[in-house]
Order: sequence, then C-alpha cells, then structure tokens
Amino acid sequence: MTPPARAALLITCLADVFYPEVGERIVRLLRRLGVEVDFPDGQTCCGLPLFNSGYHREAAEVARRTVAIFRDAEQVVVPSGSCAWMIKHEYPGLMRDAAEGTAAEQLAGRTHELSQFLVKRLGRRRFTSAVRGRITYHDSCHLLRGLHEAESPRALLRELTGGEFVELAGADECCGFGGSFSVRLPEVSTAILDKKLASVEASGADAVVACDAGCLMQMRGGLSRRGSRVRALHLAEVLEPPPEPGA
Amino acid sequence: MSEPELDTPLRERAGQALHDTFLQAALTIATTKFIELRREAFGEFPEGEALRDRAKAIMEATLQRLDHYLERLIDNVERRGGRVHYAASAEEARAIVLDIARRTGARLAVKSKSMATEEIHLNEALQAAGVTPVETDLGEYIIQLAHERPSHIIAPAIHKTRGQIAELFTRELGREAPPDPEVLTRIARGELREKFLNADLGITGANFGVADTGTIVLVTNEGNGRMVTSLPRVHVAVMGVEKVVPSMTDLAVFLAILAKSATGQKLSVYTSLVNGPRRGGELEGPEEFHLVLLDSGRIRQLAGPLREALGCLRCGACLNVCPVYRQIGGHAYGYTYPGPIGILLTAMLNGPASVRDLAHASSLCGACAEACPVRIDIPRMLVELRREVGDVERIAPWAERFVFGAFGRLLRRPALYRMAARLGRLAQLPLVRRGMIRGLPLFFGEWTRTRDLPPVAARTFQERWRDLRREDGR
Repeated sequence: MTPPARAALLITCLADVFYPEVGERIVRLLRRLGVEVDFPDGQTCCGLPLFNSGYHREAAEVARRTVAIFRDAEQVVVPSGSCAWMIKHEYPGLMRDAAEGTAAEQLAGRTHELSQFLVKRLGRRRFTSAVRGRITYHDSCHLLRGLHEAESPRALLRELTGGEFVELAGADECCGFGGSFSVRLPEVSTAILDKKLASVEASGADAVVACDAGCLMQMRGGLSRRGSRVRALHLAEVLEPPPEPGA
Repeated sequence: MSEPELDTPLRERAGQALHDTFLQAALTIATTKFIELRREAFGEFPEGEALRDRAKAIMEATLQRLDHYLERLIDNVERRGGRVHYAASAEEARAIVLDIARRTGARLAVKSKSMATEEIHLNEALQAAGVTPVETDLGEYIIQLAHERPSHIIAPAIHKTRGQIAELFTRELGREAPPDPEVLTRIARGELREKFLNADLGITGANFGVADTGTIVLVTNEGNGRMVTSLPRVHVAVMGVEKVVPSMTDLAVFLAILAKSATGQKLSVYTSLVNGPRRGGELEGPEEFHLVLLDSGRIRQLAGPLREALGCLRCGACLNVCPVYRQIGGHAYGYTYPGPIGILLTAMLNGPASVRDLAHASSLCGACAEACPVRIDIPRMLVELRREVGDVERIAPWAERFVFGAFGRLLRRPALYRMAARLGRLAQLPLVRRGMIRGLPLFFGEWTRTRDLPPVAARTFQERWRDLRREDGR
C-alpha cells in the first residue's frame, strides 16, 4: 500500500471551535510528511451528539451532508476517535438508499483517526517531542473499544525523541465525558473525571495525551478547575513536525 | 408495582449515592476486586474468547427457536414428575406461587438467591399472604434483615461495609456481632439452619433450564441452594423464559464462562442440577416440583430492539466495569436490575417510558459490552432506547427535543454554524478569565459548576484555513 499523497481534514466541531490549534498542527505535520492537505468547505459536525442522544433523523441528515462533502476525498483524517467511529460505524446505517449507503461505506473505508493514519497509512512512528517532560496516555473509549485501537498512539508516544512515556493506571477507563451525559448527570460525570485525574496526577506525568477532543475538553476542564500543573494535550500537540524535506 | 425509590429524580438519587461515604468505599473495593478476579480468570483461560463467541452463537440459535426449546423443556420437566406454569406477567407469577403455597399449606419459605423473584416482588406478596419468606444467600439475608433491595445482580449487599453488617446483625438478631466476616457468616448460618429444617416451601430462581433433559440448573457458592431444593416438601423455581439452553453440552459452554465473568471463579462452588421431585427409592428431594416460566415482556422482545439483552446471564460483569455503576451503586437506578444491562432489562419489563432518564445514565464508554460474556452490545441498545424516548415516542422533555432539533438544523447550515461561533465569541466576552470560562448561567452551568470550559477560539479553524492554505507554498 503506497502512502497517500493527499488527505482531507475533517476538523470536527469541537476542534474547529475550541481547539483550532490542533487542526493547524495536523495540517503542518501532514504537509511535512509529504501529504497534501485539503479542507473541504461547509463542514460542521459529524452528528454524533445527535445520534447518541437518540435524535437519529437529525443525525442522518447531518451524516448525509458530511458524506457529500467528503465524496471526492481520497483519504479523510479525523482528530477524534469518536467522530471517526461515528463515520465508520454509524453512517452507513443512517443512509436512505443503496446509492447513499455505498457512498457512506466508501467514506467509512477511507476515514482514519489521526494516530492510525500516521502509523498505519503513512508508516511514520518516529517524531520529536514538542513538549518537555513525562507524557502519559488516556485511551478514549471510542478509539479503544469502538475502533479497537490501543497501539498506534502508544507507538508514537513511546518512540518520541526527547519524551518519556509512562503508562496511566486505568488508562482504558472512561473520563466521564460521554457527550450530553456530562451535563445530564454532571455530578456523576465529574466523579468519574476526578478518579481519572487522580490517576493522571499519580502517574507523575507532566501531560496526559488523548486522541479525542471530547476527552480533552473534559480533562482540561477538570485540570484547570483544580489548578493542576498537568496539561491535557491532543496527540498533534506533542508531535513535532519533522524538518522540511530536503532542508 | 411501584418502586419507592422513584419518587426522587435520578439525578438526585445519584447525588445521594455520591455523598454516601460508606457506599463509595464499599463500591470501590468490591468492583475493583471483581474486575481483577475476572481479568485473572480469563487470563489463565486462553480458550475463553472462543467460548464467549460459542456462547453467543448458542444463545442466538436458541432464541431463533425459543418456542421449540421451551416446549421441549416443559415436556421433559413434566415427564420427570414436575409441574410447569406459564406466567405472562409478574402478577400472574406471584399468583401462581401464592396458589402453590396456599394449596400445600406453607407457612415458612426458604429462598435461594434469585433475581427473577426480586423482579416480581415475591417476598412482599408472600408476606401479605401469611407465608414468611427467608432469604438464605448470605448477601440476600443481610439485605432482607435491612429491609432493602439488592444493589448488585450477584452481590446483593455490595453496598454495605462489614461494620454496617455487624451493626445490623447486632440490632436485628439481638446479639453482639463483631465486624468479622467469618463470625458474621457463622451467626447467619446458625440462624438459617433452623429455617431450612422447618420450611415447607423452597423457592429458587434458575440460571438455566436444559431443554433436552428438563433439568433446572442453579449456580451458587454457599450450599444454601441445595438445602432449599432438597429439604422442604415443595420446590418452586421461577425462571425467565429466555434461560432455556438446548442441551447439557451447551450448558457446559455457559458454565465455563459464567463464574469467571461473575466472580473470577473457574466454576462456582455448587452447580446444582435439579431433576424434578423425589422419585421412588430416593432419600432426598421435595415431594412436589414446580417450574414457573416468566414472560413479563421478554417474549415481545424476540422481535424487539432489546432482543440481544435476552442473552444476559446475570453475571454482573457489566456492573463492575461500568464507570457510572461504580460511582452510584445499584439502588440509585431505582429498579430491580441495576447497571447498564439493568437499564435494558428495566425497559424490557416496564416499557421505554420507565427509562426516560435512565437511558442516559451511561457515558456509552463500551466497557460493559467488552466485559459481557456473551458480548451483548449494551451501548447500542441504550442508544436505541434513547431514540425511542427522543425520536419515536417523543417522551423526552419538550425543551430537550427543541434544543436537539435546533442543534440539528444548525449543523445542516454551515453559514448558521459559523455565525453561532461568532455569536458565542461575543457572548463569552465578559465570562473569560485567564483563558477559560469558569461560570455560565442556566443549563450551561451544569458544566461549569465543576469544570472550566474553553472559550470559543479567537479564530476558528475554518477562519484560519484561508491563511493555512496560502502557507502551503505549492
């Protein structure tokens, strides 16, 4: 399989609005790896919040327009495991007819969460750390149990030059975000988060990395509130783009 | 039947649980232990994964022909001299058991641990009819003394610490009891021995019913199940219709994974195979054996969205790994079956309206589906229930439906979506402190009460893209 030369970025609503720097870093990273990056116009959200709350008619309409927007993309890169999961697992079932279904299936096959794209499609796992200190990793639920991916992000973090990777106790346990769950039962969501953050702080890490903007919003929100020195970072924020090719 | 816990809203019930320090201590210790034990048990058992697949296949094939296997089970139980009753509802099931009790003149009933009899609230009905029910599983015995309901499918008293149990024994049994599990067990054993000898009626559930042989299977750890099924004159087993397995070979597959998933044991201490009443020449066993097959919404789900949940073995593994259950325990759910699978079973037994709020008591993290010995896709069905509540039956609050409807429209109109980001940027101006939003009014405050919120970025990614595209230099 030849590494793709071109990829479209599906930014996701959370990264677009709250963490645009993550998107910027991904664009620069991919370009340095020789990938031309497209950003198809008209993107909003993958529809997962609607889907998970049970509003499937609304979710289906959002899904159909996303499929249309990315129809011409050879490869699609997504910075969140949950959104990638939504596209890969739920889109095909939300389509109205066979033609739409085929288009959704094709998009599902071309869609990759960032760490998977880097490791499995580009075959790149050696990067320099963009941050100082010790790093740990939180498995986002959809990436781990939905896309069955535990290894790609860890491979990248373990091999970081200038970084020290430590495993997180209970890394595979939920951070308590869960989309609207976080505000429907905020006390329970926060209690789950507190447990996660206690584990992060006990790990001695300076930063906890996640591959999902939802988990990041939850963990950053909690770390900031408790005035912790630990930072929650997206994978793209710890991978330093390699020097210019030929430079 | 009304559930007294439900007078308080779910969020409040959960809040009370979060503030109960005893509960928190007990839950963390017990669920962590269960998780470790299960992990070790399957770790030492490489064929476990294949057996889980096999179990799921057997379950699906059995549901395909459930009528056939049930008929076979009924024939074989009757051939062995047992009597079979069919209960379409919890009410019918109670009436059947009460009728048996009345006819046999029963005054004292001993019970082996059974979620099916919890589900139909049998103890209250027996009590009201003048029959004293005595729970003989240690956990259930504790719960009965405390006038509570089980808070876990296999560990009913999981929410209690040993100190609380010692106090309970001291108070209820009128004798000094130290917080020592061994001593407490010995006390319960002494109390129960006398009940076993005097009981007229033995009541159990059933982990499985083997169609080929008419055997009722009980999986227990304390030996009380054997006493309940062999000492009293009459034995009544209440079994959900979905608990039928075709053959002894199939049973072996389920037994190989059930105890490992539940307690991490290779097998439970006792696996009792009950083959009807005492026959000529046998020294032990009841004179009468009754099997009550309980439908109560199960059969309907053969063609319903919760079909897969009919495969539940009641091992409790999904409770132990559920981040929500681990925080709030079983009682906060408010119904007989707690945890993620409990939400599905509650909807099955009581209809989707009963889980309007409960269907959302999950972060959909998927740990339950991963732990389930028969790989029931619990999160998918929770979403399906949410769809019924929100989209189909429209029993979600109108404000919620309005918000999600508006959100959906926003996401279909990119210009509107971009404008919303700009509006958010303006609205947040007075609220941002040191790069984060620390307090918000109304509904949004649900987030900021305990967590900071990132502000809408000064420039969204979409707004930055024009510059980024130029940067490419190609």
